[in-house]
Amino acid sequence: MRAVRSIFTCVLLGGLAAGGIAAAPALAQDAPTPPHQQWSWEGPFGTYDLAAAQRGFQVYSEVCSACHSMKELHYRDLAGIGLSPRQIKAIAAAVTVPDGVDDQGSPKEAPGTPGSQFRSPFPNDQAARAALNGALPPDLSEIVNAREGHADYVYAILNGFSDPPPGFKLQAGLNYNEYFPGHQIAMPQPLHDGQVTYADGTPNTVPQMAHDVVTFLAWAANPELVQRKQIGWRVVLFLVVMTGLTYAVKRKVWADVEH
Amino acid sequence: MSDSAATLGHGLAGTVTKRDFLKLVTGAGAAIGGAAFAWTLIDSMNPSADVLALSALELDLRPIAEGSGITVRWQGKPIFVRHRTPGEIRQAETVPLSLLIDPKADSARVKPDHAQWIVLIGICTHLGCVPLGNKPTDPRGDWGGWFCPCHGSQYDTSGRVRHGPAPANLALPPYAFETDAKIKIG
Amino acid sequence: MAGQQHDSNFSNPVIQWIDTRLPIFTMLQKEYAVFPTPKNFNYFWNFGALAMVILMIMIATGILLAMNYQPNTHLAFDSVQHIMRDVNYGWLIRYLHENGASMFFIVTYIHMFRGLYYGSYKKPRELLWMLGVVILLLMMATAFMGYVLPWGQMSYWGATVITNLFSAFPIVGHPIVTWLWGGFSVDNPTLNRFFSLHYLLPFVLVGVIFLHVAALHVVGSNNPLGIDVKSPQDTVPFHPYYTAKDSVGICVFLLIFAIIVFFMPNLLSDPNNFIPANPLQTPSDIVPEWYFLPFYAILRSIPNKLAGVCLMFGSILVLFVLPWLDTSPVRSARFRPIYRQLIWVWVAAVIGLGICGANKPIGIWVVLSRIFALYYYLHFLVILPVLGKLERPLPLPDSISRPVIGGGGGPLPGGATAKPMEKA
Repeated sequence: MRAVRSIFTCVLLGGLAAGGIAAAPALAQDAPTPPHQQWSWEGPFGTYDLAAAQRGFQVYSEVCSACHSMKELHYRDLAGIGLSPRQIKAIAAAVTVPDGVDDQGSPKEAPGTPGSQFRSPFPNDQAARAALNGALPPDLSEIVNAREGHADYVYAILNGFSDPPPGFKLQAGLNYNEYFPGHQIAMPQPLHDGQVTYADGTPNTVPQMAHDVVTFLAWAANPELVQRKQIGWRVVLFLVVMTGLTYAVKRKVWADVEH
Repeated sequence: MSDSAATLGHGLAGTVTKRDFLKLVTGAGAAIGGAAFAWTLIDSMNPSADVLALSALELDLRPIAEGSGITVRWQGKPIFVRHRTPGEIRQAETVPLSLLIDPKADSARVKPDHAQWIVLIGICTHLGCVPLGNKPTDPRGDWGGWFCPCHGSQYDTSGRVRHGPAPANLALPPYAFETDAKIKIG
Repeated sequence: MAGQQHDSNFSNPVIQWIDTRLPIFTMLQKEYAVFPTPKNFNYFWNFGALAMVILMIMIATGILLAMNYQPNTHLAFDSVQHIMRDVNYGWLIRYLHENGASMFFIVTYIHMFRGLYYGSYKKPRELLWMLGVVILLLMMATAFMGYVLPWGQMSYWGATVITNLFSAFPIVGHPIVTWLWGGFSVDNPTLNRFFSLHYLLPFVLVGVIFLHVAALHVVGSNNPLGIDVKSPQDTVPFHPYYTAKDSVGICVFLLIFAIIVFFMPNLLSDPNNFIPANPLQTPSDIVPEWYFLPFYAILRSIPNKLAGVCLMFGSILVLFVLPWLDTSPVRSARFRPIYRQLIWVWVAAVIGLGICGANKPIGIWVVLSRIFALYYYLHFLVILPVLGKLERPLPLPDSISRPVIGGGGGPLPGGATAKPMEKA
């Protein structure tokens, strides 16, 4: 029917447009596209590998949190990667967090509670820059969403440190990274083999630690993912059924009209 | 197409029933879907995770000296936690219930074996002011408990009202002793 | 006539009581239930109803979001995070609202395409069409301000770029921009007022939509043949026929919407907007949401700032005068063999503009955006006026009930009418 053809043409053109628009950002950067990794949360049935996320939290705590804050997270959120209330309480109590002012009016600290925000390594941006030669480590709460290439990109960065190729002019204080736009990143290579000892005996190679910490960061950026996909299936199924039902009603209602 | 008059009875009724059933199921489905969606909107107005996280408060009792009390906030309300002296405990326990405006035994207002700790919601039962009396230097009224500066209500060392216009004792929040030195309120 | 009650005959006594004092039920009965509607609609005619559905969803989700959102530059980004992480179903409400905006524009653009293809803007529906363009402008203003609210990098820089456009106007330009900003750059006063206006405009939109539907009801709907309704045989009552058909469209629409919201909610998001706004650091690519891309491309295609601004706004304003630009006496493209092809070329130009808008304004993209922008204006200002005079339309059918000329399938049985609505 004409209407169907018109709608088909619309969809086709729309698809081409989407392709053109999606292709656009890649042109803007000179770094290669990060290779695609297999992540446990991809696809309509994806979930977070909780063991990997817990190991990743360990990597974050022991390595990354020295410079990177995760201000949007609270310790109680860690229930989402399968930690128990007791474990969470212990993790929070092991750090000190800002706790208002004392009777003299000076800021004071206290052991964390599950309701505390993740402890930040620096009280503010200026302190971070002062400690790190002017560089400001980005907050990691949303980093997986905030970069083109998402989890693949973050993984590629963590594994992408190397010596600069011959002839490449590397500025003082910067480090060569294959996947960072411009190839010169202020962060020195953060992960090294054997750096974090995993309790469950998983080998602690750089790719493994990168994989785990990216899983943790992906969860941190989208903690609702599993519930969202589960509800999603029910809603989609319901709407497929409703489409069928409403179409049947429509056919019945229109049965006696020449149209 | 249209049925002849002869079959109008059962035949048409049969067609109508089938069509109505389909419409009924479809309508019911739409109503259920709409209700489920509306529920997510309504539930979003329930306390969020960060508010729920503050619904319980743990308190270390060690810094509170005997004879002294502190005020903490729990669920937006002031909570009095006073470390009673033996004299105050005896006063509270030995009052005849017939003398009380709102008769309640002291033993019902403290936890067993922890009679030296009284934990109260610090809101006067008259019109809601916060009574004075935690620090030893505060006015505590004639019964050594708390004194409400707004309209003169007075409470004893068990938080029971002894002088109006307040009609009832200071309320008790839900709490439990985690250890001898720590309580969890809420 | 004071003291007279409205004549009304509903069986339910409560409805009767209300209706005699305020005849809303009579009005609903007339304008919705029995309203004679052409019986030959195709599914393109669903899209107006879909637009209303998505508007209701946007208002409901928007009100719930506003309960938790903080319109202050220090708090805004974190308040959105709070909604996503801590508020019960906050992530769902936010994703519905964010992606609902895109769905609203898809639906509206297709709804407009229907109007362009079938000549729904032609006499006597010119005012209906113009009200529609007002609706489009209100939607664009609302969406633009809404995107600023999360206070991400793209929120801030998109707001800066677009508000700066007004400085192109001579003499009054800079004072207008300062007035819009409430300061000397996009900052807290700007954010606060955008929140207020973003909450207000959807209700203005509801009012204009009421006028839009009222204008429609005065003249009646167009139809795929573009010919007028000649007799009641050409129509069916809106209820239950189009209630039933619209519910199918609504289910398909919600299905697509659900797949996006639940399985790929960030498909159309810019990663830069997950970074809190930083007035001291501009992202390498400032790109608006997809539904603004064609207009953005037109803006950037001209090196002169004022000309670019005028051509960008002009591309929407030209739609107001469309009923007078198109000189064809025939409404529907079905009977306009040349226009029928050329409209797809115009659609291709619009999509081409969109692709250009997504890319950096360098090299081939500038050239292409100029070609497409030129064609866009050519279509309205040259092709349509000329084509109407030169084109030989196909012969129109007698009526909607007899769409085949020369008795192709034989005349329809006399008196083929819709079955009378069955009493509930």
